[in-house]
Amino acid sequence: MPLWKIAWRSIQRRCLASILTALSMGLGVMLVVIVLLIHGVVAESFRNNASLGYNLIMGAKGGRLQLVLNTVFYLSEPVENIPYAFYEDFLSADQRVDGKDGKWKDYVDRVIPVCLGDYYEQYRVVGTIPEMFEDYVYDEDTGEKYEFAEGRNFEYFNDEHGFFEAIVGARVAADTGLKIGDTIVASHGSSEGKKHPDQFFVVGILAPSGTPNDRAVFVNMEGFYLLDGHAKPVDNESGGQRQMTKEEFEAAVAAASSQQLNAEEETRPAHEVKTTPLPVEQREVTALLVKTSPIITRGLSNTINEGNQAQAVFPVGEITALFNRIVTPFQRLLLCLTAMICIVSGISILVSIYNSMNDRKREIAIMRSLGAGRRAVMAIVLLEAVLLALGGGLLGWAGGHFMIVGASPWIEAETGVTIGLLDAAPGVNIMEFIAPNSNRSLRISSEWILIPGLIILAIIVGFLPALAAYKTDVAEALSANP
Amino acid sequence: MLQLKNVKKTFTEPDGSPLPILDIDDYRLDTGEQAVLVGRSGGGKTTLLHIIAGISRPTSGQVIIDGLDITKLPEAGVDRFRAEKVGYVFQTFNLMVGFSALENVLLGMTFARHRRDVERARELLERVGLSARLTHKPTALSVGEQQRVAVARALANRPKLLLADEPTANVDPANQQHIVDLIRGTCREEKVALLMVTHATEVAEQFDRVDRLEEVNQFAGQP
Repeated sequence: MPLWKIAWRSIQRRCLASILTALSMGLGVMLVVIVLLIHGVVAESFRNNASLGYNLIMGAKGGRLQLVLNTVFYLSEPVENIPYAFYEDFLSADQRVDGKDGKWKDYVDRVIPVCLGDYYEQYRVVGTIPEMFEDYVYDEDTGEKYEFAEGRNFEYFNDEHGFFEAIVGARVAADTGLKIGDTIVASHGSSEGKKHPDQFFVVGILAPSGTPNDRAVFVNMEGFYLLDGHAKPVDNESGGQRQMTKEEFEAAVAAASSQQLNAEEETRPAHEVKTTPLPVEQREVTALLVKTSPIITRGLSNTINEGNQAQAVFPVGEITALFNRIVTPFQRLLLCLTAMICIVSGISILVSIYNSMNDRKREIAIMRSLGAGRRAVMAIVLLEAVLLALGGGLLGWAGGHFMIVGASPWIEAETGVTIGLLDAAPGVNIMEFIAPNSNRSLRISSEWILIPGLIILAIIVGFLPALAAYKTDVAEALSANP
Repeated sequence: MLQLKNVKKTFTEPDGSPLPILDIDDYRLDTGEQAVLVGRSGGGKTTLLHIIAGISRPTSGQVIIDGLDITKLPEAGVDRFRAEKVGYVFQTFNLMVGFSALENVLLGMTFARHRRDVERARELLERVGLSARLTHKPTALSVGEQQRVAVARALANRPKLLLADEPTANVDPANQQHIVDLIRGTCREEKVALLMVTHATEVAEQFDRVDRLEEVNQFAGQP
């Protein structure tokens, strides 16, 4: 009869105490698994989506992280805009009004402008160009492109809808019930902001991509510019901004009040009346998503940052820095707390076994009289601790995964990451711990580290009762009344 | 088969003073021989069995079983020797509560060098009349049945020597004779030497060799 079976029989004999002890361990492990999985999901979501087919983001000078969060993940408050002329610096002659090549044109492979600031319900409305969804590889590792579940991409202009076509992300469509042919009205500045009177026509529903773009509405940038309040005020004489006179200010307030009072009635199919694009001098963009050759990325970034028009940031670098500064230390803190719960659970194993040592003395003496050595009875007690820890750990692991799967619709909605029952937390390079100076990499899921962790914990907490078993006086225990 | 030479055992009183229990000059038991050891309570019979089984070490002297002086062996060696050469039947049966009858017999094989032998365990239980009770836990067995399981377990490893410490003390009179017959019969069949301790005169009378502890132990009878 193998020793583990003898240990298992002992666990069965103390069924209730064993179950409670294992559950206690299971609770600790469940919390560890949840922390590892959630951190893994968040990290994967952020890192995977930090560069959806581009390696630089250019936007207004200011917070670098805020620019990334706002532009890529549609989080944080909208940032300031940059001049349209700056965008034009990346365009070819045929794309520019003045018919000249932009000065940065030859340094970039692709530039996608985005205009932010409007909302549809709680979702961001992104003004951009059709090229964002045309043969655009957003995951270069897998070659994945955006696809349409229904309908088509928006067009720059057509007779039916003019400049006012929109496509919606998969999650937005699922949550709001938007379908092809529906119209949407964006609100300005926030989800509770003033609604624009102009409507966009939904012409496409994006297939789920697992990116933040599942949670956004994309409209034609030309239509976005034509929405009320989106044109940059210009001084007709100088072409620049100027201070309003007192009379102009009062007139603007009166006009705005009148517009607000009649907002519902004024919702109109804008394409019928707005068929002329906004002049270039009245345009701005929030950010540019730029794909460049890795060789010149750093140089271009430095040059842009030395200027006063915009800043260039590396989204992957910013997200990595965010994780290193905030998320990873916070995760370590959580892991420490949950590890302490596991240790407390481990101590409950110690207490449970140690308290039963008086009952066990006779069993140990019987086994010794049958020829079991001290080491064998010690091993049986240690095995019992290991079985309790691993059994509880298995329960906790399953519990953690079932809880995460239960929350997966919400996680998917918030992060775009789909997680299955058997998906493990992302791997860690254990060579960093075994041989810090080695160049080798051996990545295993952090969840697997729980197994040796639990075994070591069980051996530590089981050592004291095992030692008591080791020291049991056989003759004395056999002489005691059963 | 069994030889005790100048075996002494002295315990220590709580006040530190020595308490001699055993002082046996020479005691022998031949292969396959069956002897019964009788004596007053507290005379050291169980202590003597513990010393022979290697559960306790003598203060001095030699315990030679099958030609090997077990007092010279390290503790782990004595454990292994006990598992392979000595069977022990207790007064209180000492079955493992969470284990079935069959598992209790298999447990007896666990710590011996050879592999577990399920067929041997079944055969032994069949021989003691428990073939229909293999999967029963001790709590589901009668007192007599429990002692029969204990006998089967003691013989599981084909020992050279079986020690039985008042095996009928907790058994009802109806089962008493059956247990004695069972132990003696199986020992005879397996050519196992038997040393049985008993207070029961009717049991002792059945043995050709009856040893009185007071006669072999120089301390027996002393206050």
